[in-house]
Amino acid sequence: MSKLQKAAIKRRDIREAVEQSLRARKRRSWRFRLVGLVAVLTGLLLLAIMFTSIASKGYSAFERTEVLLDIDLEEAVIDPEKTRSEEVLMRADYTGLIKTSLRKLFPQVKKRKQKRALYRLVSTGAGDQLRDRVLQDPSIIGSRVSVWLIADDDLDQYYKHGDSQSRLKDYQLQWVAQLNADQRLRTAFNSTFFTAGDSREPELAGIRGALTGSFFVILITLGLSLPLGVSAAIYLEEFAPRNRWTDLIEVNINNLAAVPSIVFGLLGLAVFINFMGLPRSAPLVGGLVLTLMTLPTIIIASRAALKSVPPSIREAALGMGASKTQMVFQHVLPLAMPGMLTGTIIGMAQALGETAPLLMIGMVAFIADVPTGPLDSATVLPVQIYLWADSPERAFMERTSAAILVLLAFLVLMNLLAIWLRRKFERRW
Amino acid sequence: MTEATIPDASERDEQTVGKPQLEKKVSMSCRNVDVFYGEKQAIFDVSLDIGKHEVLAMIGPSGCGKSTFLRCLNRMNDTIDICRVLGSLRLDDEDIYDPKMDVELLRARVGMVFQKPNPFPKSIYENVAYGARIHGLTRDKTELDEIVENSLARAGLWEEVKDRLDDVGTGLSGGQQQRLCIARAIAINPEVILMDEPCSALDPIATATVEELIDELRQRYTIVIVTHSMQQAARVSQRTAYFHMGKLIEVDKTDRIFTNPGHELTEAYITGRFG
Amino acid sequence: MNLFVYFIVFVLLSIGAYWYGRRYSLGLVSRDRRRLHSLPQYYGYYVALWSVVPAFLMLLLWLFLDQDLIVHLVSAGLPESIKSLSPDELGLYLNDVVNLAKGNITSSEGDAIMQQAAAHYRHLLQISHMALGIAVTGSVVAGAAFSLHRIRPDFRSRPRVERMVKWLLVLSSSIAILTTVGIVLSVLFEAIRFFKIIPLTDFLFGLQWSPQMAIREDQVGASGAFGVVPLFAGTLLIALIAMLVAVPVGLMSAIYLVEFSGSRMRAWAKPLLEILAGIPTVVYGFFAALVVAPVLRSAGESVGLQVSSESALAAGLVMGIMIIPFVSSLSDDVINAVPQAMRDGSYALGATRAETIYRVIVPAALPGIVGGVLLAVSRAIGETMIVVMAAGLTANLTVNPLDSVTTITVQIVTLLVGDQEFDSPKTLAAFALGLVLFIATLLLNVLALHVVRKYREEYE
Repeated sequence: MSKLQKAAIKRRDIREAVEQSLRARKRRSWRFRLVGLVAVLTGLLLLAIMFTSIASKGYSAFERTEVLLDIDLEEAVIDPEKTRSEEVLMRADYTGLIKTSLRKLFPQVKKRKQKRALYRLVSTGAGDQLRDRVLQDPSIIGSRVSVWLIADDDLDQYYKHGDSQSRLKDYQLQWVAQLNADQRLRTAFNSTFFTAGDSREPELAGIRGALTGSFFVILITLGLSLPLGVSAAIYLEEFAPRNRWTDLIEVNINNLAAVPSIVFGLLGLAVFINFMGLPRSAPLVGGLVLTLMTLPTIIIASRAALKSVPPSIREAALGMGASKTQMVFQHVLPLAMPGMLTGTIIGMAQALGETAPLLMIGMVAFIADVPTGPLDSATVLPVQIYLWADSPERAFMERTSAAILVLLAFLVLMNLLAIWLRRKFERRW
Repeated sequence: MTEATIPDASERDEQTVGKPQLEKKVSMSCRNVDVFYGEKQAIFDVSLDIGKHEVLAMIGPSGCGKSTFLRCLNRMNDTIDICRVLGSLRLDDEDIYDPKMDVELLRARVGMVFQKPNPFPKSIYENVAYGARIHGLTRDKTELDEIVENSLARAGLWEEVKDRLDDVGTGLSGGQQQRLCIARAIAINPEVILMDEPCSALDPIATATVEELIDELRQRYTIVIVTHSMQQAARVSQRTAYFHMGKLIEVDKTDRIFTNPGHELTEAYITGRFG
Repeated sequence: MNLFVYFIVFVLLSIGAYWYGRRYSLGLVSRDRRRLHSLPQYYGYYVALWSVVPAFLMLLLWLFLDQDLIVHLVSAGLPESIKSLSPDELGLYLNDVVNLAKGNITSSEGDAIMQQAAAHYRHLLQISHMALGIAVTGSVVAGAAFSLHRIRPDFRSRPRVERMVKWLLVLSSSIAILTTVGIVLSVLFEAIRFFKIIPLTDFLFGLQWSPQMAIREDQVGASGAFGVVPLFAGTLLIALIAMLVAVPVGLMSAIYLVEFSGSRMRAWAKPLLEILAGIPTVVYGFFAALVVAPVLRSAGESVGLQVSSESALAAGLVMGIMIIPFVSSLSDDVINAVPQAMRDGSYALGATRAETIYRVIVPAALPGIVGGVLLAVSRAIGETMIVVMAAGLTANLTVNPLDSVTTITVQIVTLLVGDQEFDSPKTLAAFALGLVLFIATLLLNVLALHVVRKYREEYE
């Protein structure tokens, strides 16, 4: 023992050693801290880059370019028999009228090929636009009207972003310059984007079909997963005996939460479509698949909410002679509800952004019509984004970004709602 | 027990009773120390000297500030954002709250043992070698072995663990773990060792072993021990300080405190009228 | 079949049954509640449950079975000449009959026999709908009558209702098991059919993946090649790149936010980072394909490197960004779970923050961090949209991150999206890949959850 005591290092030596090394050690600590800070900032920077690159690409899709044309609504073309019946007005050749007007505006254009190039400045949907105008007020037939018509996507892109990578030919650019000089071009709010379904023509494509599809899918998912998830959580947390079966369910739920979403798509394809014979591409099937996918999230969140209700509440209820079921449904459940709803909203946000499993069940087809029910063929917003992202037209890239902005806006809203719920009902026991 | 029998702290004299100041061989000296947690004041104007090679026990009812005060002595309170320390605390005449003071060096000189044994989840050897490694005391393997053996021996643990130095420290019994933590602290040969209720998580036999160890360690180290057990204070310490609601009420030789307390609050506490 | 109408009818029915049962029970005791064993609403619940639940279950069962049953009956009534067709052809024929009956476009002109069969089908469907209506109504009436018959003042309705409710709860919680069973069965069955065509060893050890089956026999590559090794390699390459981004950034930011930053920075930086986790994967895919890939390509060109426009690097980098918050929040949890006493012990010996972190905290948290990283790897392997949009389709066996590679998930999507015949090896291969994916992620998850749980127990 005495020999060992001598072996202790002298305090003066220790102090010297510490003082000597301390500067380097502090520098190392500081560097370490810096690396950490850089990591956090990197994460935030990447987030910022993503948002700005998408927002800067997408904001312009909320505006569209329009061309002002003076159109003679000749009765001989629209309604030669003066019936004014809707059927006749529907079928009339409005595109022809627009072409006539264009020819008048550019009398120098003579060659057939050039004429076609001229017609292509205006969207193929402009005829429908004119038709709607006439149907609204048939009395304008026979007069000359000035109408702002939707421009073709090539003109739209050129007018909004300048000539880099423009697909317009030089002679088309001259016409555009002339239109611009006559103040026949303007940008206006792109209402088509919100009111139309999908289209092959970028300037006529909108997200309404996809939004409606998403709405049906989320409605079904919510309607199934909330009651099922809450009941499962109540059983597991409040009633289930601790045995193998409950353990099995627990392990299952935890694993399902980490199963890749595409596997749920395979399940949906094999079980709901091939085995049960439900229709492909239907929001019903999408909702069923997403229900199974979000259930684990909701169950886990709901159990956490039930766990956070203090035992004193349960004891108080049981002490008053309530049955266990009454205790759970009348006392514990109302207190746990905000937490469960928060978890459900987060699960719904996850479902709203999900794409891969829906590709498996055929919600990826081109569908121009807006679905009217959960059994119609439909697509959803994220799948629409996927489809548009694949399209070569530059105008579709803009619309993809804009659709992403809309999707993100919905997700932000849902998350804010969840945060608000949590804040409002948060209780510390 | 009635209200009237418990004297009110606010009625006492502002002066600490007993002998807070020493004439010679002072290790640490504290003058007019105030500690705040945010707006709340936890320590009020404490002045106290800690002598070399003595065991100073700090006793008092829970929440009286004795642990807070202890953690000021090696600036462990720095880790709490809202904690502010005012007044003068000196170690060998160096101001330990001087901005130029390296907190790492200070803590190398003022070691600490905690309430619950907290060995790192590493081997016994690595636990003891930790201080020497981080401070770069030696690059030599045999020297490090020597430090480890020496420290374990002085903590009275060498015979029990010498064959399993590579086992995880957390696998030892509670008393052994606490002695391992003491060995870890003395491996870098500090001047002062602070002990924050070191036996409160131990059984009586382990407590006795640790108390014996404290008595032995006194030869080389100054020891400040916070304890909730008056018997322990009486057994291991030479001087005892009594804290009450953030104030130092009385400090004196331990036998004097326990036989003839100078303040009615101290008397009330040691006779068990509150605790 | 209008689901919403059924749904509303059932809701209305149950409200009506509840109301009637409640009133009936009160009537039995001439409105003196104290003479009832249970509160009157429990008698209402009792009647409502008995009238609606069996009817609802019957409806579901019917809807799933009637199609098959009717088709079976129709095929039984077909002449021998058609019944002797091979099962595949018979299936196609019946498909046409059903389509004809529903007024859809059929693949072949309906002859007289088919017309007859279609009429038979329509007739049976009508009977089925009528029978369903009768059965459901009967079930509602029977349930209501049975439950009303049992109600007496001393009838213990509350315990009975509670028992029924409990069974409903048990049923909901078993859905998790049913889902897993469903996944296993659906991929397993198709995978087994696939392995009957392509031997398992060819699948697992084959170095060639080209599932394009020839339409004509004499075309090149008529057999198709289904070796999964290049897919594994591609998947792992992209996952590795993702991990190289996500683990350092995620881990270091968790360490910084827990150990260094003040509570105020933590309060805003942590949720901001977690926004990354809430962004849909299709958005990451878009970002990878249309922003990152072109940038990498032109950057590569400027230093004279040939970067594929569908490089593994672009997909991997963006997937890494996606996984950052996953790694950081899991590491955050485990680092937070290291007891403060460990930090105190280290600081009290004079260690700096960095020393405390990499000598004490990280080693102590290591099992938890490893578990988190394993979960992240499982995420990366199963991630679909980023790779579908940004990675390639051709199965190159390469480790060059600038090359285009393909992954398991990309192939599943390509094989199943678009036109498909359900029995071709191409379609079945997707399920075999699904099985592989499921097993791989399951193993990773089980292992990771086990490690994390062990770690938690250690500090609780």
